Amino acid sequence: MLARRRALAIGAGLAISAIALSGCSGAGGGGGSAKEVTLTLATVNNPQMKDMEELKGTFEKQNPGIKVNFVQMEEGDLRAAVTADVASGAGQYDIVTVGAYEVPQWGALGWLKDLTPALESDASYDVKDILEPVRKAISVDGKQYAAPFYGESSILMYNKEMFAAAGLTISNNPTWQEVREYAKKLNTPDHAGICLRGKPGWGDLFAPLTTVVQTFGGAWYDENWKAQVNAPEFKEAVNFYVDTLKESGEADPVSNSFTECLNLLQTGKVAMWYDASVAASILEDPKTSAVAGKMGYVHAPTYKTKESGWLWSWNLAVPNTTKNSDAATTFVKWATSKEYQQLVGTTLGWTRVPPGARNSTYSIPEYKEAAKAFAPITLEVMNSVNPVQPGLNPQPWVGIQYVTIPEFQDVGNQVAQLVADAIAGRTTVDEALDKGQVIAQVAGDKQKK
Amino acid sequence: MSTITSPTSGLAGPANPTPPRARDKESISLAGKRKARQARGLVMPALFFSIALTQIPFLVTIYFSFLDWNQLRPNEIKFTGLSNYVTVFTGSEFFSSLVATVTITGSAVILSLLFGLLFAVLLDRKFFGQGVVRTLMITPFLIMPAAAALIWKWSMLDANVGMVNVGLKLIGLPPVAWNTDFPALTIIILLTWQYTPFMMLILLAGLQSQSREVLEAASVDGAGPWRTFQWMTLPHLRQYIEIAVLLGGIMLLQVFDPIAIMTKGTGGTKTLSYLLYERAFIGLDIGQAAAFGVVTVIITIVVATIALRTLFRVFMEGGTR
Repeated sequence: MLARRRALAIGAGLAISAIALSGCSGAGGGGGSAKEVTLTLATVNNPQMKDMEELKGTFEKQNPGIKVNFVQMEEGDLRAAVTADVASGAGQYDIVTVGAYEVPQWGALGWLKDLTPALESDASYDVKDILEPVRKAISVDGKQYAAPFYGESSILMYNKEMFAAAGLTISNNPTWQEVREYAKKLNTPDHAGICLRGKPGWGDLFAPLTTVVQTFGGAWYDENWKAQVNAPEFKEAVNFYVDTLKESGEADPVSNSFTECLNLLQTGKVAMWYDASVAASILEDPKTSAVAGKMGYVHAPTYKTKESGWLWSWNLAVPNTTKNSDAATTFVKWATSKEYQQLVGTTLGWTRVPPGARNSTYSIPEYKEAAKAFAPITLEVMNSVNPVQPGLNPQPWVGIQYVTIPEFQDVGNQVAQLVADAIAGRTTVDEALDKGQVIAQVAGDKQKK
Repeated sequence: MSTITSPTSGLAGPANPTPPRARDKESISLAGKRKARQARGLVMPALFFSIALTQIPFLVTIYFSFLDWNQLRPNEIKFTGLSNYVTVFTGSEFFSSLVATVTITGSAVILSLLFGLLFAVLLDRKFFGQGVVRTLMITPFLIMPAAAALIWKWSMLDANVGMVNVGLKLIGLPPVAWNTDFPALTIIILLTWQYTPFMMLILLAGLQSQSREVLEAASVDGAGPWRTFQWMTLPHLRQYIEIAVLLGGIMLLQVFDPIAIMTKGTGGTKTLSYLLYERAFIGLDIGQAAAFGVVTVIITIVVATIALRTLFRVFMEGGTR
């Protein structure tokens, strides 16, 4: 009896170790043959990226021997994971999706491969086709460190039916004061007047809020890196934002960022939305949106400046720690090429073509037809924003809704948490911004040396 | 004086037992010493590994806490002495985070203990479908924390379509903006929902280990159900409650998912675990995060030592019953 038990135990132990060891060898081997390369791509879980994953089979067929493995994460997690990986030189990812905030900083630090030679040497890639403000935002000293996958600015989206029912019209370049009045009139028990982001985060609530601050004449820092967070213009702008939310905003604003407001609009629970232009392509997709065909789009509301849209692009970059630099560059070129856009249009639908990266997108006849509600205004807005001086005064960085310094993630996040407390009524705007001023000045001092 | 057993006392048996300690001393011989050495030798590898895996990272963390190291400025790492610790203690973040941790963890532990006790008492009797009900009651604890947070964020507590607000509307009450107005309460509700089954299981084990005869005797003596509960069941459960609170507290202290998914640290919900994550991965300041971590560990050690030495009878010698 005991002998049998012992035999059984030994047998089980051997079986388990055999399985474990075979697992080890499989993982370590990876690409067994010398030719086959597996690229690991870290990306944000936006619809356009999911489309890219769906179409990767075409790339793999055209490039036998290269396989691409997608790792999709939420924006905050992606940023943290990719920053940790690239900063520590761990080399886990061969291609990374990075925003216009990271590219200039990481390029200057030497973490990203300079793609200028690869992109410019290929005439069919047509690197001059890329929208000029987008290219400016991701280059340092003329060297381009990433290829833009899609770009966006911010626009005001409104439900035309609700406007008509209330007897209101809106101009192509509204002011914030007008928008606030419309929101008050459109705020009924059935639907809120306007949806504005309130989720604490530098890329969540502070993306639209920074543009409001700038069009009210304020800024995060002045030319000498003195923080301006509790300056009168900044305070006025934040008070305006918080009051508009209180009067006619959606319920539970602190939970809402892009996805939540998108849901509210798609289900007709809110009349207006100030957010990224890329939302328009989702709102106009009749398969998923109940308001397709009912939406109108105008420029971002302004006050003291002529334009106030932001500028953002999600770009593909190759970290210098990758061991598959050439294969990675090939994929990056494929996913940002004119051929890829045609592929998306013919396979998945013309409204799903990644917008805001290339000028030629807006000349494709099928795209112009399918996206006629939002394509013209997207191109118009993106070509008219100025990332060098978006506000009234000159600023020592290039970027509209963010400050292109490493400390801004932290500063923006902390101040956003304070503003969220003000939205919820737990503190006043003045208290929040006074504390924010202290936090921002610490970061500003670091830039002075 | 002499405790050497005489033949008579040996035969007398339990009437005159020798004290245990004296007996051990007598029996330790060379063979015994060798056995003890062998036993220690077998444990050594495991002990060595556990010390290496837990203490070496901790020592490295202490070293990092003396550096000024921002990940995005990798060329400016320098030794900076105690300035990170000064930041920890002079900033307001650490203490408000401590308060938030105590509030959220304490409330969640107490509430889940009370609900767990209630459900354990209800489940401690035979009724039709007892097995099915018990399995269903355990389910919240088995759900992964991130999934649970997402379910509560979207299906239950969403301001427009969440089931809680729909229910409130049916009764005629106005909808509540849970995340904006009551962030700490939102987290506590979620944690209570998830940890009540855990408390319930431990207390159920305690209830079922009561001797039925003693309870019967109590009822024969005329004690009603409430008095039986208060004077017989609760003292018996003390050890189980201590274990439940200790384990539940340890697990709840580490909770991170609901805060990251639902409130992102506003409104008094920035617990120590979320604060550390923020400092390390959003602030990208390794030195500061390490300093926060070291201070957290020291506070935990102090609190745990006090609690385990004075409050918790279960770990003291002779804590039986």
